[in-house]
Amino acid sequence: MSVTPFLFYLFAAVLLFSAFRVVTASNTVHAVLYLVLAFAQGSCLWMMLGAEFLSITLILVYVGAVMVLFMFVVMMLDIKLERHSQGFWGRFGLAIFIGALIAAEMIVVLSTVGHPDITPSLMTVPDGAGRASNTAALGQILFGEYVLLVQIAACILLVAMVVAISLTLRERKDSKLIHASWQVAVKAKDRMEIIKMPVAQVAAPAAAEPAADAAASTGGKA
Amino acid sequence: MSALHIGLSHYLVLAALLFVTAVVGIFLNRKNIITLLMCIELMLLAVNTNFVAFSSYLHDLHGQVFVFFILTVAAAEAAIGLAILVLIFRNRSEISPEGLNTLKG
Repeated sequence: MSVTPFLFYLFAAVLLFSAFRVVTASNTVHAVLYLVLAFAQGSCLWMMLGAEFLSITLILVYVGAVMVLFMFVVMMLDIKLERHSQGFWGRFGLAIFIGALIAAEMIVVLSTVGHPDITPSLMTVPDGAGRASNTAALGQILFGEYVLLVQIAACILLVAMVVAISLTLRERKDSKLIHASWQVAVKAKDRMEIIKMPVAQVAAPAAAEPAADAAASTGGKA
Repeated sequence: MSALHIGLSHYLVLAALLFVTAVVGIFLNRKNIITLLMCIELMLLAVNTNFVAFSSYLHDLHGQVFVFFILTVAAAEAAIGLAILVLIFRNRSEISPEGLNTLKG
């Protein structure tokens, strides 16, 4: 008796439960954490299917990058949680009905049509007759047959990065940033201005006021 | 489709249930764009599970290549979606998708 079916049912149960909690959690942080759990279970299932490279990629890329990005955004934005749960249970009946309908249709189709010519090959490397690992086989296909698509995917990622940065970048008004080239190229006349003013017009009140103050203070003291 | 013999149908039914859960989530969480994005990620996980299952049972690695590209595009989609989300929140101080009809004429 192999332990593999029980592992499948365990991973499937936890996957469906965490997906359900993602959908119904009122706290968005909890939803993100349950989504991380769902991806971990999905990764385990892929590993059982023999797709080791994609399984590790799902953990590294999704849990390590995308989910962390989600978590950053959820924690940065000040979201009012209670407002978003309004009308949640009002739509629950309709949503469950439509979901059950779609699920029943899919399951009926999948379980009645059958796949007579497909033999199960669990725990074996697909297309791996003479190859040692799934990763090497996948790499040979990716960089042989699909090398153009790999480059297009790289372009898509680059465009996505440029778009994400340019969308969220903003010039800060309160920044005290100083450009070094402006600082080096500054001249004395840019910074200091010598103003010639007639002396008598300004100095006479300035000299008279301290004298009056001094006279008043000495008078008060006497 | 016996219970203790895991066949292709098991994986397909699991992926279908996961997809349906995500669809139900899109129905339920219409006030929260972040949860909508997470439901889309769940749908992509279900579809990728289908691809991987068929790839494994048909002894054909090309399905896994497709999963690779789907993961790439999904990562780009998540990054751009979250950037737009940050912009929406910065301009409107809320992320309800129901007020996002300012482009409507």
